[in-house]
Amino acid sequence: MESVVAKSIIALSSMAALFGAILAVASKVFAVHRDPRVEGIVEVLPGANCGACGYPGCQGYADAAVKAGVAPACPPGGSDVAEKVAAILGSEVGEVTPKVAVVHCAGGQSSAVRRLEYEGIHDCRAAVLVGGSTKACVFGCLSLGTCKAVCPFDAVELDEEGIVRINVKKCTGCGNCVDACPVNIIELASVDMKVHVRCSSHDKGKKAKSVCAVACISCQLCVKKCPSDAIHMVDDLAVIDYSKCTNCGICAAVCPTGAIIDDIKARPKAVIGSKCKGLGKCVEVCPVKAITGEEGERHEIDRAKCIGCGLCLEACPTKSIGMVGALGHQRDRD
Amino acid sequence: MDLGQLLAIVVGAMFVSNFVLARFLGLCPFVGVSKDSDSALGMGMAVIFVMTMASLVTWFIYTFVLVPLEITYLRTIAFILVIATLVQFVEMVIEKTSPTLHKSLGIYLPLITTNCAVLGVAVVNVDSFMTADLPRNASFIYTIVNGFAAGLGFTLAIVLMAAIRERLDLVDVPKSMRGIPITFIVAGLMAIAFLGFSGLKIG
Repeated sequence: MESVVAKSIIALSSMAALFGAILAVASKVFAVHRDPRVEGIVEVLPGANCGACGYPGCQGYADAAVKAGVAPACPPGGSDVAEKVAAILGSEVGEVTPKVAVVHCAGGQSSAVRRLEYEGIHDCRAAVLVGGSTKACVFGCLSLGTCKAVCPFDAVELDEEGIVRINVKKCTGCGNCVDACPVNIIELASVDMKVHVRCSSHDKGKKAKSVCAVACISCQLCVKKCPSDAIHMVDDLAVIDYSKCTNCGICAAVCPTGAIIDDIKARPKAVIGSKCKGLGKCVEVCPVKAITGEEGERHEIDRAKCIGCGLCLEACPTKSIGMVGALGHQRDRD
Repeated sequence: MDLGQLLAIVVGAMFVSNFVLARFLGLCPFVGVSKDSDSALGMGMAVIFVMTMASLVTWFIYTFVLVPLEITYLRTIAFILVIATLVQFVEMVIEKTSPTLHKSLGIYLPLITTNCAVLGVAVVNVDSFMTADLPRNASFIYTIVNGFAAGLGFTLAIVLMAAIRERLDLVDVPKSMRGIPITFIVAGLMAIAFLGFSGLKIG
């Protein structure tokens, strides 16, 4: 009896000791040098593994950052993370312009004509494979919420009209929705950009109008009125060049169908002071015809029509036009 | 030792007594790592590898240590010791020699260090081959083939499960059933389906 106990104890403990020794030796022989900075960087990253930086996940970003010695841009993390990563690496902070997703479709249930009822797999990508969009417009949003499902930050909402809305405060610009959208109506744009074309239809004007009330009908009013040459027609669709756009909002004001949306909730209004000599320059430049008056007399601005674009300010030779509204040009009251 | 016998072992371990769906071993990774088929396949490969290695090593330990010392009743504890050491050791070696392989396989290795399916295959090997009256070389080959086939069976089950779950993500499942509950039901149905293999007769 004792011999069995003794044998068992001796056999097991010698096996354990042997294995322990093997592992101890192996951990020295096969030791992998790990840079502690990598772990540090992974700690400060958002950890969404969204891939917006172009590396496979946050671990990939950390490896690349340590290897290169500088911090690549982490769009979801923004400047906070950039500073922390730079502090760990001891490098300069790279400039990060935050981007957010912009949806180029506003065709909700009440404005877009429905072509069919879809009852398949609840996913835009699946629906596109079956029979295209449920709406008569083949370019538009399918309203099945695949972008919402793939958003790691809960920034995508579908309103009761079935229109996708991006919560700009939550959106980090990771681009997951951009990749997931089968009709490619989502784009990343700088968070400073507030005026967007909410339509992706390349249909000709009449066709576009017949299937959606808020479609771009390629009337080109916006192109003509844009003071900074920032909007152009591409295959019968108005497209804003975000590098030139100044958020003046003229295009949104002149668009007859409301396909261009101005996200600045409140803009200042122009007022004409007593120095006005009635030269009429402002009347010429005003894109919304808000200024009226006889030549030689002080002109007046219809505040209901004025969109606060500021063109008359620059055009006035006597510098008698000012802006009131105290909100500033770019600020959003939201 | 003949090929018919080997085939019977392979089919038996993969289908008739599939480790997940018939023996209900290794359910944790089966549910946990079956969200997408890529990681399920990675997990499956890791399990095949570890099960084969574990079968090999435990055969040596059993035949040359436990049997001569007449302490075969300690097999469970001895096998846990051996398998855990083996997996740790292999992980270190892989991490050093092939970072790419470590990236795809390595993260699953710690998960199966003490997986019951791995221990289960070692114990099953003992019961069916090592204690049976078989010549040493036959029991050795049967053991390794059984370990490998059991791993294949696990991979089959987890990849099937992952494929089903990927499709489930797109389906309108009732709210209370979404996620794990429907997964359990699917696992149950798969187990019932695999019961059909128990009528199989080979050799």
